[in-house]
Amino acid sequence: MESAIPVLPRHHVAELSAPYRKVMAAKRRMTVIGVLILMVLTVIAASVAEVDPAKFVGNISRFTDYFGRLFYLDTGASVLTDVAEWFWGLDKWTRYIFDTLLIAYLGTLLGAIGAFLLCFAATANMAVNPSRRFFARRFLEFCRSVPEIVFALIFVVAFGLGPVPGVLAIMIHTMGALGKLFAEVVENIDMKPVEGAIASGATRWEMIRYAVVPQVLSNFASYGLLRFEINVRGASVMGFVGAGGIGQDLIEAIRKFYYSDVSAILLLIIATVMVIDLVTERIRHNLIASEQSR
Amino acid sequence: MTPSRLFQNQDDTARRYAGLIRGSFRERYLPFVVAGLVLLVALIALVRLEFSFARLGSGLVQLATFLGLMVPPSPGPQLIALLKALSETVAIAFLGTLLAAIISFPLGLLAARNTTVNSVVQFATRRFSDTIRGVDTLIWALIWINVVGLGPFAGVLAIMTSDIGSFSKLYSEAIEAVDRKASEGVRSSGGSRFQAIRFGVIPQVIPVLISQTLYYFESNTRSATIIGIVGAGGIGLYLAEMIRTYEWDRVAFIILMILVTVGIIDFISSRLRLALVGTRRPSA
Repeated sequence: MESAIPVLPRHHVAELSAPYRKVMAAKRRMTVIGVLILMVLTVIAASVAEVDPAKFVGNISRFTDYFGRLFYLDTGASVLTDVAEWFWGLDKWTRYIFDTLLIAYLGTLLGAIGAFLLCFAATANMAVNPSRRFFARRFLEFCRSVPEIVFALIFVVAFGLGPVPGVLAIMIHTMGALGKLFAEVVENIDMKPVEGAIASGATRWEMIRYAVVPQVLSNFASYGLLRFEINVRGASVMGFVGAGGIGQDLIEAIRKFYYSDVSAILLLIIATVMVIDLVTERIRHNLIASEQSR
Repeated sequence: MTPSRLFQNQDDTARRYAGLIRGSFRERYLPFVVAGLVLLVALIALVRLEFSFARLGSGLVQLATFLGLMVPPSPGPQLIALLKALSETVAIAFLGTLLAAIISFPLGLLAARNTTVNSVVQFATRRFSDTIRGVDTLIWALIWINVVGLGPFAGVLAIMTSDIGSFSKLYSEAIEAVDRKASEGVRSSGGSRFQAIRFGVIPQVIPVLISQTLYYFESNTRSATIIGIVGAGGIGLYLAEMIRTYEWDRVAFIILMILVTVGIIDFISSRLRLALVGTRRPSA
């Protein structure tokens, strides 16, 4: 049967498809080379990281076993048979989770204040002079490049055990992370109000208060909330190095094989993180909506 | 109207639009209420977490002494061991990211609205990745140590697990953001649903996924430096040990090593992103 669709003569098709095939072959060659390089790197990395698939397969039963055991009490009964016994430490743990939230909150707030004070110096459009901008940028970079738990380790030695080093560690890391984001926001503002404020004789901080802050505040708040969400997760492990919060109890339970405690604390942490995620997402949506309705 | 007339009428105008200029009651007082609440919670936190000027002061003095002792940074006699630990760290980050990417790809397809099997599977996959993401990498490291023992392998598995959570979320968002026209075209010319995904969706998302994965490789190098603190391999073990034994010059040296390594990885990954995808930052 004749096709309704017009078909090119065969020699035309061949002529047109030859370059296409060539391009596709080149692309395929690049993919194969890329995959080969990736495989070589993987083998090297696997040998350095002492990856042992045999051990993994041999011990994978221990993983499922471990997770299974998390849901049994010491008596051997399933946790669901005695929820009160499972969450025996609920009062204590709720207090520690509350502490964890406060650590994250205070760390985020102080870090955001620091970031606010520093971000203007790090921008291309507000900086007083290039050398100060260079130093502000490098400083913020340093603050966010060193993991917060490393700061926590050092601060625990300096400030003693407890939540104080945890807050300070989160603060410094947050300052670095938010400082960069804030600076990017400030670089994207409309400069007309700034010029207007300067032209009518505003000082630097008056200019920032009346010409910059109204433009950036909702973005700053949104980034701050996002950071708070991240910091709640970070604060939950601060206790691993003795810097306060629920982490202390969690690492003890894991190290001492109190299986049902581990699952109870983990569930509390996961639930808290999810609630915080939902709440901050709500607020952020409202902030962005109010920004757009302007 | 001449300017002088305009200014004469100014008072009049101000009086007429007084309400608009001052703003509504809500607009005027909401900022103060919000600021008050923020401060109140901060005060509660300061009291509850036992902040005190005495403690902060003595801590800062101690910190200053430590900073003094950090100069000049020196590796001590252990340079070779440190370098080996650092390469272990990079290997952990590399393998963890790669494994997570491989495992998350199908999960991302299942969690995306336009490629999932059915809404039950989509919901289950999403909650699964949310749960994994709620647990920090360090906690996963502790759990994996119980399974495969102390060492870098536990670190690889920890990075992998916590990344599966993030990747399935990022991947599914990228997949949901694709242009529908391509897959509709495949369907309308008689392709199956599988073919629509293979030829209509995947070619669009692969560059985005690669870009996001490369971006995570850099942040995972940072995470991999700390999982050694709980015994899951890499430079973190040495770092924690040196801090506990007050070897501040070595602490400074290790931190510098980490910063340089992360910088190099950052450079390589942004170059690769640029070459493969054409963007420096991960889109979406």
